[in-house]
Amino acid sequence: MYDVKRRYVIPGDKIAEGNFRPLMNVVKAGNALIATRIGIAETGRDGVKVIPLSGVYIPRVNDLVIGKIVDHSSLSWEVDINSCFSAHLPAQDVFGRDFSPARDDMGRHFATGDMITARIMAFDRTRDPTLTVQDRDLGKIARGEVLKISATRVPRLIGKRGSMIQTIEQATQTRVLIGQNGIIVVTGRTPEGIKLAVRAIKMVEEEAHTANLTQRIKVLLNVPETPTPQQETQSRAPIGAPKSEEAESTIEGVEEELEVDEK
Amino acid sequence: MTQTRNLIDENGKRTDGRGIDDLREVKITVGTVKNADGSAFIEFGKNKILAAVYGPREVHPKHMAQSDRCVLRCRYHMSPFSTDTRKSPAPSRREVEISKVMREALEPAVMLEDYPRAAIDVFVEVLQSDGGSRCAGITAASVALADAGINMRDLVAACAAGKVDEKIVLDINDTEDKEGGADMPVAYMPRLEQVTLLQLDGNLTSNQFNECIDKAVGGCKMVYEIQKQALMQKYFGNETELKEEQQ
Repeated sequence: MYDVKRRYVIPGDKIAEGNFRPLMNVVKAGNALIATRIGIAETGRDGVKVIPLSGVYIPRVNDLVIGKIVDHSSLSWEVDINSCFSAHLPAQDVFGRDFSPARDDMGRHFATGDMITARIMAFDRTRDPTLTVQDRDLGKIARGEVLKISATRVPRLIGKRGSMIQTIEQATQTRVLIGQNGIIVVTGRTPEGIKLAVRAIKMVEEEAHTANLTQRIKVLLNVPETPTPQQETQSRAPIGAPKSEEAESTIEGVEEELEVDEK
Repeated sequence: MTQTRNLIDENGKRTDGRGIDDLREVKITVGTVKNADGSAFIEFGKNKILAAVYGPREVHPKHMAQSDRCVLRCRYHMSPFSTDTRKSPAPSRREVEISKVMREALEPAVMLEDYPRAAIDVFVEVLQSDGGSRCAGITAASVALADAGINMRDLVAACAAGKVDEKIVLDINDTEDKEGGADMPVAYMPRLEQVTLLQLDGNLTSNQFNECIDKAVGGCKMVYEIQKQALMQKYFGNETELKEEQQ
C-alpha cells in the first residue's frame, strides 16, 4: 500500500515538492504544494489535500443538509442552510413539473420556520445553491431539538463508519440527524436522553481534535467499557453520514491521526 | 518631530531597556471571541488588541457584493479607554486610514476568489495602545483569518522599524514614535517574500531606508514564528513538535 504522509499545517506551509496533484485546500506555487488552511495535510498517491479544522460551511453538490425555510416567493422557498449563500428550493421540485403558482398552495407543504432535510442539487458559486427534497428521508422535520456545530466537526461527530454517532444514539435512546452543514436535529423519547445527547455532541465539537475523545464520550454517557462489535445497521441513518466519499475519508483521516497521538 | 532627550543611552539601551534589534514581548492567543468565526488576541508590548473575523457571509447591503470575488471589509477601532486621555469612539481620520491600509495589507494573502458574492468582515479593536498598533492589528487579524478557516496563500506578519537618535531600531514603541526620527511600519508575507504594507513617517536617507526595511522584514519573520506557534498551540496543543508523522 502507498504510504500516506500526514502532518499538521497552517496557511502558507509547504506540504510537499514535486509532481503532486492539489486536491483540497492546497495551491501549487512553482514546484511546491502550499496549504491554504489550518488542518491535517495528507500526501497520498492521488494528490495532496488538507483536511480543514475550522471554517464555515461552503455548499457542495450532493451534500445532505438541514435547513430552515425563511421565506418563499411564488416559485420557490428560500432556505437558510448555515452558509454564506442562502439556498433555493424550487416549488416544481415539490409539486412536480406542472406546478402553477395560481393553482397550488405552497403553504400546504412548507411554512416559514419549518426545518427540512434536503440535498444540494446544483451549486457552482455563480448562483445560489438549489435544493431538492425528492429522495428517501428528505423533507420536513416534524420535531426535535436543533443545534448547530461547526461543519468541519461533522465527520468527527459521525466517527469512523458512524461509530461515534452510534455510541451517542444507543446510549441516550435518541435519533440524531446530521446535516453536512453542521445543523443537527436530535429526537428521542425522553427529555433527559435528548439533553445528554446534546451535551455529548457539544463535547465532540469542542474537543474534536483531542486524543481519547471516544473514551471520554463513553464516560459522559455511562457506556460500559466493553467494545460493542454488533453494528446496528437498521437503526442508524444519520443523513449524509458515509454517503459522501469525501466525508468518509475525512473521518478516517482524523481518526487515524488520533490513534497516532495516543501512542 | 524634534528630539528632546536621548532615546538610546550610552549602553545602547532604549527607553524600555531593549537593544536596538529587540522586539517587544509578543503574545498571541487564538480563539478568544467565541461568537466570531475566527479571532485572536495579541499583546505586543503594551498593545492589547482583539481581532475578530466573521465570514465568509452574505453581503449587506447586497449591491456591495462582487460576482467574481469576496469583499474584505476591515474596521480598526480604538476603544475610548485605550489611551491616556479619552479617545472619542467615533471613527477618526486616522482610524479610517488604518482600516484601509489594513485591508490592503491583508487582501493579497486572502484567496478572495474562492468566495464570490460573499463578504469577510475583520474587526480590530484596540483595548490598550502603545506604538505600532497597526502592525499588531494586522498580525492579529491575519491569525484570526486563519482561525476562521479562510483560504490564505500565506499569513501576514507586521512589524515596524524606525530611526531613533540617528540609529535604525526595530519595533518602535510609543515614545520613540513621538520623539524619534522616523517610523516605518511594514507588513510582510514570509513565504511569498512579499511586502503588503509599507508606510513611512519621517526622513530617511536611501541607505537608512534600506537598513530600515531589512530590519522591519527581519522583525516580521520573528513575529511570523510567534503567529505560527499560536495557531499550532490552539489546534494541535503541545503536539507542535510532532509535525512529521508517517502512517
